[in-house]
Amino acid sequence: MCSLSNEITHPTVDVDAIRSKINDDSVRLIDVRREEDYNQEHIPNAVNLPLASLLSGDSPESAVKLFEELGIADDTKVVVYDDTFGALASRVAWTLQYIGHKNVALLEVTYSQWKELGLKTSTEKPNIKSTKHSLNLNPDIMATAEYLENAKEKDNVVLIDNRERLNFLEQHIPGSINIPYRTLATDGKILRTKESMKNLLKNRGIPEDAEIITYCGSVGTLSGLAYYALKSIGVPNVKLYVNSFKEWKKLEKPIGKQENAAYWDLSAE
Amino acid sequence: MNLKMAQQLRPSKSASKKPKIDWSRREEADNFAHTVKLYRQGKIDHDNFRRFRLQHGAYGTRMTDDYAMVRIKIPAGQIYPYQLEKIAQLSEMYSIGSAHVSTRENVQLHWVVLEDVSEIMHGLADVGLTSREACGNTVRNVMCSPLSGVCNDEEFDATPYAIATARFLLRNPLNQTLPRKFKFNFSCCEKHGMTRITDVGLIPQIRELDGKKQFGFKIFLGGGLGNKSFVGHQLEDFTPEEDLLYISIAVLQIFDRMGNRKNMARNRMRYLVDEMGWDKFKNLVLKERTIVRATQSVIIRLNINKKSNEIKRPISVSSENGSIPDGYARWLKTTTYKQKQEGYRAVFVTLESGDITANQLRAMADITKDFSAEGFARNGFSQDIILRYVHESDLPKLYSRLLEVGLANSGSLTMASAVGCSGTSSCNLALTNSHRLAKEIQRKFLELKLDDDDDLRDATIKISGCPNSCGQHEIATIGFFGGGARVGKDMYPNYSMSLGGRFDDKSMLGVTCIRVPVKRTIPVILKIIELYKKNKQSDDTLSRWIDRIVHGNESSEIKSVKDMQKVLSPLVVPPSKDDDPDFYADYGSDTSYHTVTGKGECAA
Repeated sequence: MCSLSNEITHPTVDVDAIRSKINDDSVRLIDVRREEDYNQEHIPNAVNLPLASLLSGDSPESAVKLFEELGIADDTKVVVYDDTFGALASRVAWTLQYIGHKNVALLEVTYSQWKELGLKTSTEKPNIKSTKHSLNLNPDIMATAEYLENAKEKDNVVLIDNRERLNFLEQHIPGSINIPYRTLATDGKILRTKESMKNLLKNRGIPEDAEIITYCGSVGTLSGLAYYALKSIGVPNVKLYVNSFKEWKKLEKPIGKQENAAYWDLSAE
Repeated sequence: MNLKMAQQLRPSKSASKKPKIDWSRREEADNFAHTVKLYRQGKIDHDNFRRFRLQHGAYGTRMTDDYAMVRIKIPAGQIYPYQLEKIAQLSEMYSIGSAHVSTRENVQLHWVVLEDVSEIMHGLADVGLTSREACGNTVRNVMCSPLSGVCNDEEFDATPYAIATARFLLRNPLNQTLPRKFKFNFSCCEKHGMTRITDVGLIPQIRELDGKKQFGFKIFLGGGLGNKSFVGHQLEDFTPEEDLLYISIAVLQIFDRMGNRKNMARNRMRYLVDEMGWDKFKNLVLKERTIVRATQSVIIRLNINKKSNEIKRPISVSSENGSIPDGYARWLKTTTYKQKQEGYRAVFVTLESGDITANQLRAMADITKDFSAEGFARNGFSQDIILRYVHESDLPKLYSRLLEVGLANSGSLTMASAVGCSGTSSCNLALTNSHRLAKEIQRKFLELKLDDDDDLRDATIKISGCPNSCGQHEIATIGFFGGGARVGKDMYPNYSMSLGGRFDDKSMLGVTCIRVPVKRTIPVILKIIELYKKNKQSDDTLSRWIDRIVHGNESSEIKSVKDMQKVLSPLVVPPSKDDDPDFYADYGSDTSYHTVTGKGECAA
C-alpha cells in the first residue's frame, strides 16, 4: 500500500490515504459504476466514468480525450474504484497506463466495502476543468491475438484465464491455466495479500519472472484485475490480452476443452 | 422500526456460535502443497501420491489428473453458519461456484485444481474443518441422524457419541491403512438412520438394570452398499455405552487384520463377514472386545460431551404479519418435522442432487442464525440441509426467506427429492449422468405436484451412475443404476431399475425389475404410480404396495416383479435413431452417448 504523498508506486492505495486526500485537487478519483448509481451517491469528489463510455470509443485517442474531460493531466494522481470486485476499475486503470499515464492505482476496496466501513459519501458532483493529456502508448502491457499465438510457443510464457471454472472447462485458449477472478480477492479487499498471492503462484508453479499474459471473457476486466494482482507482487512482465476470448473465438483460433464430463450439471445455478 | 434496524438491534443472535471441536490441523495444508510439488517433479510415484491425496480428502476427477474433488468432513453433519460462509467463499475461489452436499453428510468441492487443494485446506482450518480421512482406506465421516436430539421416537440423543467417536478416530493410527474404507452411522431411531447398510450402525437404546437406567446401543455390523450389497447383522441385544469404544476398536482391529487386501472388489468388511459367516464373525468380535477391554494399558474413554446445546430462540425479525406466500401449506406439509420439543420443527431444505450455490450457502448461514434456536444446521443423508429448532410461529417467515434464494422447494420429505450421485459430472467410474437425472425427476415431480400426494410420501427414488452404490439405489423404493446398451452400433444410456429397497427395521435391498433407457425413466416411474393408483387398497401407500409385490403378497393385477416387468416392457423399447435421436443422448449432453470411464479410486 502506498501513501499518496509522492508518486504512486503500488497498484492499490489504502482507504486512509484516500480519505486524507479527498479534497486534494492533485488526486482524481474515478468512479467506474453506472451513471445512475454514481448520481445517487459516490465517494466525495469522485468523477464518473462508466466502463461502457470508455469502451465505446475503442481507440487510444478517444480514451485520451475522455480522461482530459475528467481533468486528468499527465501528472495527476488517479485512483479508480468500482463495485464489481475491482475488475472494471482495473480495466480503466490499465487503459490509463496504456496511453502512458504513470500515476494510477486502484482503491483497495469496492464502493460497497467503502460504505460498509461507514466512510463518507456524497451526492455532489465536483466541478471539473478539462485539461490536456499526452499520448505515449505503452505497448509492453498489451497483447494481441497474434502476439499471443507467437508468445505461446516461447518458454517462460504463462497464459492465465481468469474466467470462472465452468466456463474454462468448457472452452479456453489451449495451454492456458485457470485462476478464476474470485481467487484474486480476499475478505474485504479487492486483492489478496502479497504473501498469499505469491503463495498461489508458487503452488501453481508460475515463476514470477515469467512473461504472464492474462485474458478473460470479452473486454479484459476480470483479467485486468489479475494484471494488477500480479503487479502487486512485482511481477515485471505482465500483459493483458485485452480483447480476450471473445475475439479469439471470432478469429476461429484453436480452442481447448475438458472432454467427456458433464460438469455443468454440478452447478446449482 | 425498519427491518434492517431490527436485525441489527437483535440481542445475542446465535450468530457467534462456534463448534466445540476444531477438526483441522493447519500444517497438513502446507504438507499437502509440498507433496503435490514433489509428485509433479516425479519424486513421488503415482500410487503413493494417490494414497496420500485420498488420505487428505482429495478425490480424483473424471478423465483428468489436473483436478481433484475435495470432500469436507462434517462430523455428525453439524455445520455452523461461519463454516457455510467459508465454504461459499472457497467454492467461488477454487471450485465451480457451487458446493455439493453428499449422502454421507460431507460437503464436496468439485473441479478443484490439484495445486489449489492446499489453499482450500488452509481455508477450512480457518473455520475448524478438515478433509482428512474423508476418502481413502480410513474411517470416513461419522454420520448421525439429522433428527438426533429432536426425534420423537429416539431413546436418547446419539450426537455426542457420534462426535466423540469421530474425534477418537480422526488421525488415529488404528485406521490409517485399513484394507478399505470404513463407515460408522449413528441413528436416532429405527426409521431415520441407515444403520443396517453400513460397516457399523448404531441405534441408541436405554435399558433398566436393577432399577437404574443404562445407556447403550443396538449395534449392526457388516452391512453396506456396493457392487454387492449386504444388510448388517445385530451384534447383541444391548451394548452398554462403555463398550462403544471397545467394540469400535475390536471391529477395526479384526478388519485391519483379516480384511481382504488383495481383491479390491471384495475388501469391504461386509465381504469378510459374508465369507466367514455371521456367527463366527460375531464371536470373534465379542472375543476381541474382551481382549481390548482387558489389555488397554491406559484406560481410554470416549470424550463424550453431553452438555446440551443452548437453545435460544432468535428474536423475531418483525412482528408485523406479512402475507404468507403461495405454496406455504404444501411446503409446510412436505418439508417439516414436528420435534419432540413443543413448538419447534425441523425443516428439511432440499437441494437438487445436493447442489447449492455460493450465494445460497451464504443465505443458509444467515437463515440459520436468524431462525434456528440451536444456531447451527445439520446435513442430512438425502443430500439435504436440515434446520432444526425453528419455532412454529417463525415458519411462514422462514418460507419467505428460503423462497427469495430459491431454497423453498417442497417435497424434501417425500418421494420427490430424488438422490443422484455425481455421475458423469465428475466421477471417473460413471457410465451415466445420474446427477442430472435426479434433478430432472425432482423437477417433474414438483411440476406434477406429486410431493403433495400422501400415498407417495414414504417412497424414495435413488440413482447411481454405475453399479457401485454411491447413489444408494438399492435401498430405494424405486432405484436405478446406470449402464449402456446398444441398438446395432448405436449406444444409449440405460438404467437397471430395482424395486422395494428399504433401510428401516425391515431393511432389504431392492429387487431387480427391468432395464430402462434414460429418456424413459420418468415415463416408467409415472406408469408405476398410475398402476398403483389403479390397484391400491384403501389406506395404502406406494411403498407398501411395492413391498407386497416384491414379496409376492399382492393380490391385484400386478402380483409380482415379473408382472410389473411385463406391464412396463412396452415403454422401454428403443426407437430407431432416425426417429428419435434424443433417445440416444444422455441428459446434459447433445451428442450421441458413448461410455468412457477411468480408474476408480475407492479402493486405492
